[in-house]
Amino acid sequence: MTELVLRADGLRIETERGAPIVESASFGLDRGEVLGIVGESGSGKTTTALALLGFAADGVRIAGGTVTVAGRELTGRPEAEIRPLRGSVISYVPQDPSVALNPSMRVGTLIGEILRTHAPDRNDAETVRAALRNLQLPADDAFLRRFPHQLSGGQQQRLAIAMALAAAPAVAVLDEPTTGLDVVTQARVLEEVKRLREASGISVVYVSHDLAVVAGIADRIAVMYAGSIVEIGSTSEILHRPRHPYTHGLISSIPDHAVPRRLRGIPGVAVGVGERPTGCRFAPRCPRRVEACETAIPALLQVAPGHDVRCIRAGDAPPVALEAAVRMREAAPPILSVRDLRAGYRSRAGEVVAADGVSFDVRRGECVALVGESGSGKTTIARVLVGLHKPDGGRIELDGRPLAATARARSREERRRLQVVFQNPYDSLNPRQTVETAIAGPLRFFGISHGRPARVEVAELLAKVRLPERLMHRYPAELSGGERQRVAIARALAAGPSLLVCDEITSALDVSVQAAVLEVLSDLRKELGLALIFISHDLGVVASISDRLLVLDRGRLCESGPVDDVLRSPEDPYTRRLLDSAPTLPVLAAHVDS
Amino acid sequence: MSASVSGRASGLLSRARPPLRAVRRELRSGEAAVGWIGLTAIVLLVIVGPAFAPAAPSDIVALPYATPGAGHLLGTDFIGRDVLSRVLNGGRSVVLLALAATVLAYLLGGTIGLVAGFVRGRTDGVLMRAVDVFLAFPHMLFILLLATGVGASWWVVVVGIGIIQSPQISRVFRAATLQLTGRGFVEAAVARGEATARILRREILPNIVTTFVADAGPRFTFSILTVAALNFLGVGLRPPAPDWAVMISENRPGLQVNVWGVIAPALLIAILAVSINLVGDAYARRRGISTDVDPAQP
Repeated sequence: MTELVLRADGLRIETERGAPIVESASFGLDRGEVLGIVGESGSGKTTTALALLGFAADGVRIAGGTVTVAGRELTGRPEAEIRPLRGSVISYVPQDPSVALNPSMRVGTLIGEILRTHAPDRNDAETVRAALRNLQLPADDAFLRRFPHQLSGGQQQRLAIAMALAAAPAVAVLDEPTTGLDVVTQARVLEEVKRLREASGISVVYVSHDLAVVAGIADRIAVMYAGSIVEIGSTSEILHRPRHPYTHGLISSIPDHAVPRRLRGIPGVAVGVGERPTGCRFAPRCPRRVEACETAIPALLQVAPGHDVRCIRAGDAPPVALEAAVRMREAAPPILSVRDLRAGYRSRAGEVVAADGVSFDVRRGECVALVGESGSGKTTIARVLVGLHKPDGGRIELDGRPLAATARARSREERRRLQVVFQNPYDSLNPRQTVETAIAGPLRFFGISHGRPARVEVAELLAKVRLPERLMHRYPAELSGGERQRVAIARALAAGPSLLVCDEITSALDVSVQAAVLEVLSDLRKELGLALIFISHDLGVVASISDRLLVLDRGRLCESGPVDDVLRSPEDPYTRRLLDSAPTLPVLAAHVDS
Repeated sequence: MSASVSGRASGLLSRARPPLRAVRRELRSGEAAVGWIGLTAIVLLVIVGPAFAPAAPSDIVALPYATPGAGHLLGTDFIGRDVLSRVLNGGRSVVLLALAATVLAYLLGGTIGLVAGFVRGRTDGVLMRAVDVFLAFPHMLFILLLATGVGASWWVVVVGIGIIQSPQISRVFRAATLQLTGRGFVEAAVARGEATARILRREILPNIVTTFVADAGPRFTFSILTVAALNFLGVGLRPPAPDWAVMISENRPGLQVNVWGVIAPALLIAILAVSINLVGDAYARRRGISTDVDPAQP
């Protein structure tokens, strides 16, 4: 017999002005169960997670509904009565442990503090050590005396989880606990959470934007969009028989290295708080929209036992159909050859080797992916290629002619043909320039006109990255992250390059937006014969877009070859470790038709 | 979608007519309003004041140090000239000299800071060490030395103040430039091979304007006070020029007879300095908390 430990009923959370952030969120959590809450930025998932502790951030309030945990109410009571329950009955692990851990407290003190507050009778050294051992952290004196900044990112996150579990609460809310971690560390933290659930029977609410991660750990999944739960059900129901068009779109846009496929983005951008449409929140982006969708918010209705969907057309939802990834087959001549590249830089930790004897070719129209963990040297190689970083040795050739080391020493034509797009959408565009000025800049600089006014040319470039012409007069602050990255791509395209270096360009974007940007890139390759060097830490993304894969381990190419071969039978142990750690949804293989 | 589009559109409209909105927003803060009123009053006085002067600034109209009365509302100065007429005429030199000195300081310091922050490496090191040396040198002493060397004149004041202010400005500009140099849009321009001057002008400068405006208030104030001090010391303008600072210096001996010869120009310099500071402060504070301009983070 299962036992309900958490019950959220009709939660409504508003801004102080009364604009709803989360509306009628209801769900339950059994003892020992893991519930995943999945949603993209602005979906209200973190707000919901915090509300489970009866907490609302500044400027936000819980306007209605109840939360009951282990028989105790956490809503509608004075703050002083709720506070003792946080940490003892339900606890929270925030997204960024480097900010959440008090930097001036030692590891032992951090855990001791929790015990002193919530379990004073058990506040002894042995319990502190047990709490650390629980998360596979060292429990010796030296470790207890360390400060948070002396721990690795993964250790910090495990310490934060150890703190959350120290007072043995009934429910732990984990808010994106692995988002800042590399895949290998992420896999370890996820293992820990699974093991703890087995061992202690704790219930977990796991909040994440990454459906693949959540699917690997959760028993049930709630999908949130624009402040509402649009679909909730068992993990296998959600993955195999998603009934909501948004869940559908999410599944089609998740990259997966085990099931490489063409990604399909969801058109449009997520609506913000205060600009939500009157009817179904998803209607403006929905491919299955009918007139009735725009008149009223659909109710969350059961479509199968334990599977509820907020869509009036849930009854005739089509099955998921995914397309296999397309690879370039013909062997075009190489346009870029890199031979024996050596590069490094000085950091606080000393000399860092970013490239050591790196050699590869890029053919016309081909997408070569450069994969590795952070610090493996990917970004430095990208910077060397476009002339922003001086290499220590080696040769780079464009169409057989050697390239100078710095951009300034290269010819205008060489610079024009080699363009770059950077990682962070929030700094890839000049905030003081309109979209038109930004894109027209390179046009004018390289003297490209095709005999037409710049405005026409800019409009055409925007069309190439699937952006409407009306964005021309906007400033970057008025654009979403995905829109900015597309403008940055358009700006690079303005030069008419034959090779585009993309440095982690989608890593800051939501998956549905990422899928849309990757779609644009694939189309551009086909239309323009554009070659890509695609730098990423995400094997799933790489599997869906690239033709050839280069795996970089501390500046050394440890493996390279056609992407499908490398993914199917990795030879280098480093590649194998990366592949084993990357989250995947193998169940989706059933939905792919090649 | 419709909601989001209209939200975006209204954002666009408000951007289309920024002056009105900016003024309204500006005046919402009480301090800024006071500052703007004071600043406008002084600027008006400096520009149209001479036209309202009852007498020529150098005409002797009564006995020295006459107390206020008919014909000379603020009395007369140490040789019997009309204080009101001299006050109305005496603002232009202070404001213009301070303005010229501040502009020069920004041209000099701004260029050094931009180049040091953008080029980095050895150039940065050399420029910044030079700046440090200058920072350590006593300001007044430097200008007085300069004046001793080339003789007292108005341009010594301008050049001197320009030079002594530039080290601090260059540090502010360098810090702001350094922050921008690693940004994607700047690197993209470098990779395109654009000339340094073009990158500084198109990509860097527009993003420093905020820092610059917030910083300019106190710098201009400093210029005004230093111009006044130097004129008072006789390094810049010389009698019989009708200058607020020169007036204070000249009329000091008669302070007990006709206080207005000193108080009126001193008060005007104070109002000007305080107003500029209030305006600049309010601007800096607003920029500091406003989210619509800072592009740094989501």
